[in-house]
Amino acid sequence: MSDLLKIADRTYRSRLLVGTGKYADFAQTRAAIDASGAEIVTVAIRRTNIGQTAGEPSLLDFLPPEQFTYLPNTAGCYSADDAVRTLRLARELLDGHKLVKLEVLGDPNTLYPNMIETIAAAKTLVKDGFDVMVYCSDDPIIVKQLEEIGCCAVMPLASLIGSGMGILNPWNLQIIIENAKIPVLVDAGVGTASDAAIAMELGCQGVLMNTAIAAARNPVLMAGAMKKAVEAGRDAYLAGRMPKKLYSASPSSPTTGLIS
Amino acid sequence: MQLTINGKPRSFDADSFSVAHLVTTLELTGKRLAIECNGEIVPRSQFEATQLVDGNKLEIVGAVGGG
Repeated sequence: MSDLLKIADRTYRSRLLVGTGKYADFAQTRAAIDASGAEIVTVAIRRTNIGQTAGEPSLLDFLPPEQFTYLPNTAGCYSADDAVRTLRLARELLDGHKLVKLEVLGDPNTLYPNMIETIAAAKTLVKDGFDVMVYCSDDPIIVKQLEEIGCCAVMPLASLIGSGMGILNPWNLQIIIENAKIPVLVDAGVGTASDAAIAMELGCQGVLMNTAIAAARNPVLMAGAMKKAVEAGRDAYLAGRMPKKLYSASPSSPTTGLIS
Repeated sequence: MQLTINGKPRSFDADSFSVAHLVTTLELTGKRLAIECNGEIVPRSQFEATQLVDGNKLEIVGAVGGG
């Protein structure tokens, strides 16, 4: 197996990255992540509950940082300053861990990213030594700028966070993939397995999702489906699809030897 | 002294104590967390040496489920 996902200075066998939010409980979180085969899992940074929490299990008990690559995110941040501050805390929390997911939102209703603040945060974080995987709009020019800043991966949305609407603009995604020198991963908007497969067939290096798995009626089953979809999509991309044509004058069966 | 911890004011009898003492007092020993005091991160290695005084604003954070 030489087809590995390379991000910053590490390689991964799985091209499916998953979030850890919205599950019924930690046991279900773990079961779904195991079924997904994901090696990279996103986590959020939040205020610790003070009082009555002693002895209560935490996410880290179910997903030991030794077994997974944690990708702390800046979900919920609406300014570059808040995002940078959050990831500096994450780095301290995770013993100097450098790989992070930057997202700066612009609007609480759509959760559309604010790319002006995102670019400002990315500059600061790259200078500060972080390996920045950046959630972004599917704008090829913005993506190019994020690459030039020194982000280690760009993660354009397929559609809005939590919408499950699938890939709304495969053409933009194709332009982004063709021009990128760093890994392009689809982040947000995947609704079901075929969406993930399409992203991979387009040439994405990976897919990041949370709600598509956690909000499925059976999250563990969906996690397995996503694993297969990402693998199938990747293989199809590597295999190189046949050209599309409206009709074919070349049937699959021999044109000679027909009975008469 | 009064400290603001995660946005809430809390009063303590002592005039000053270390971040390490605060962690113990709040029953957070052994938990994986990061602490910011007045906007500056206090590295874990500095918990013993860093003294808190009246008016300090602290953020104590951990990792939770999220996308």
